[in-house]
Amino acid sequence: MEENNRKAWLYLLPAGILLAVFMIYPLIDVMIYSIEEGYNSASQTSYGYGIYNFRYILRDTYFLQAVRNTFLMVVITVPISTGLSLLIAFALSSIKALKNLFQTIYFLPYVTNTLAVGLVFMILFKKTAYTEGMVNLLLHFFHGPSIDFIEGPYWAKMFVLCFYVIWIVMPFKILILTSALASVDQNYYNAAKVDGTSPWRIFTRITLPMISPTVFYLIITGFIGAFKEYSDAVALFGTDLNEAGMNTIVGYIYDMLYGNSGGYPSYASAAAILLFVVILTITVINLLVSRSHVYY
Amino acid sequence: MNKSRMKKSLTYVFLILWAVIVLFPFYWMVLTSLKSYSAYNSEYIPQFYTLTPTLQNYVDAFTQVPLARYFLNTLIFTVITTAVMVVVAVLAAFAFARLKFRGKNIVFTLFLSLMMLPNELVIITNFVTITNAGMRNSFPGLILPSIMSVFYVYLLKENFEMVPDSLYLAAKVDGTSDLKYLLKVLVPICRPTVITIIILKVIECWNSYVWPRLITDEQAYYLVSNGIQEIRQNGFGRENVPAMMAAVVVISAPLIVLFLIFRNKIMAGVLRGGTKG
Repeated sequence: MEENNRKAWLYLLPAGILLAVFMIYPLIDVMIYSIEEGYNSASQTSYGYGIYNFRYILRDTYFLQAVRNTFLMVVITVPISTGLSLLIAFALSSIKALKNLFQTIYFLPYVTNTLAVGLVFMILFKKTAYTEGMVNLLLHFFHGPSIDFIEGPYWAKMFVLCFYVIWIVMPFKILILTSALASVDQNYYNAAKVDGTSPWRIFTRITLPMISPTVFYLIITGFIGAFKEYSDAVALFGTDLNEAGMNTIVGYIYDMLYGNSGGYPSYASAAAILLFVVILTITVINLLVSRSHVYY
Repeated sequence: MNKSRMKKSLTYVFLILWAVIVLFPFYWMVLTSLKSYSAYNSEYIPQFYTLTPTLQNYVDAFTQVPLARYFLNTLIFTVITTAVMVVVAVLAAFAFARLKFRGKNIVFTLFLSLMMLPNELVIITNFVTITNAGMRNSFPGLILPSIMSVFYVYLLKENFEMVPDSLYLAAKVDGTSDLKYLLKVLVPICRPTVITIIILKVIECWNSYVWPRLITDEQAYYLVSNGIQEIRQNGFGRENVPAMMAAVVVISAPLIVLFLIFRNKIMAGVLRGGTKG
């Protein structure tokens, strides 16, 4: 086949231009922003270069709060959602009747607008002067105290956020795991059955090793997704997340860029780079761990 | 026998429980949207049903706030972004899969490495770029940075490569141009992948929030996500929850209906190329 240089570049041109303007140039630019000290967006001038922006955000209580919220949420939601979706996928693969119906229902949160449905969660969990709210009704039923989950204590707000995040991420995990389970070769199970292997042993020695790559994939994407959490928090607590004390790292970046506390692209860039470093580190750790635990 | 039966029932109880947790918010938003304003506000203890459903809230949702405008904006944004994305991605994937050119491997490796970049890293500069270009509060400003998805090009390229070389050579012998081969042979053969990326992009566009929020502050250009945030903050007067819920139902309905119609296609598509979570 002859080389067709010009034609090939022509085909790549639209994609290339878009990537150059909206991904490659920004990537370089964000690094410059992050080390420009005292950048003024009106006059487009700065004093010089250094690590001041990083030192500033690492001392900013809002940033520290956002980091704390994000880490807490990651540590809570990733294990719970992964474990729960494993359980559900197992349960799904062990039944025949109604399986399709369940699968359809479980997938619904994937196709919902997170801002819109977040509003419903807010209504369900909120307690106002006019109404106790649905969840408090449930708490009363178990003789619990009534709590305002949206403007109440920190742990209550964190609970709703984690609950909502898990609700949102479950469809993807259930779908992936169900299909991974379905693709395990039935011969392994038949052989185990002939040998009279116990169900628990079948699970730990056949099923889990066979689906371990999928589980690790879900854990990595789960970590990355949870670290980038933002919209779900806005859906529950409104746009002023700092005031609600529920900001996330990504929320901090956008607040620094735009909005009431905005106009500081340098601080936003520094925070974005720190986030990227965190995500990269965790992905690498996960890959190293998975290399020694994934069976094929 | 008895033991396995019990296990079976427990499994179903567990599955039904999760189904209830998933469905309840949907039930609650539809239910609340059908309650009248006065009925809702007189319920100190929320009621699980209503005997006097009303559609007034839906009328309010379309008349008191510009819900139809948000809807139309989102539709325009979704259709144009998805359409342009498909064209750009198909062309690029074709070049990588079928054409030979110098530096192809290097370019493709660079291309793939862009997949790892989180959007948060580049959005800061894009915000400045679009602002400086005077494209805030405009459709080009909304659409341009949202078009490219490296991952979809990758998916398409993988699929294009599976089509046997002989088809391409036969087409060449017949004097078919590359573009014609691409449109008449390659794209039809790879239709499932094209449909997959369309589905994923439509879902992404319909629900996009962050970029539209940064780049629009005039209601005339709000998409539904920003619209619902606006409605929540100063829409019907803070306490008109039923009208808010009516707006939520209207916003959620299109994708859910689409999902129920194309259930298998969408789930297969997400399985192949989805990420969320």
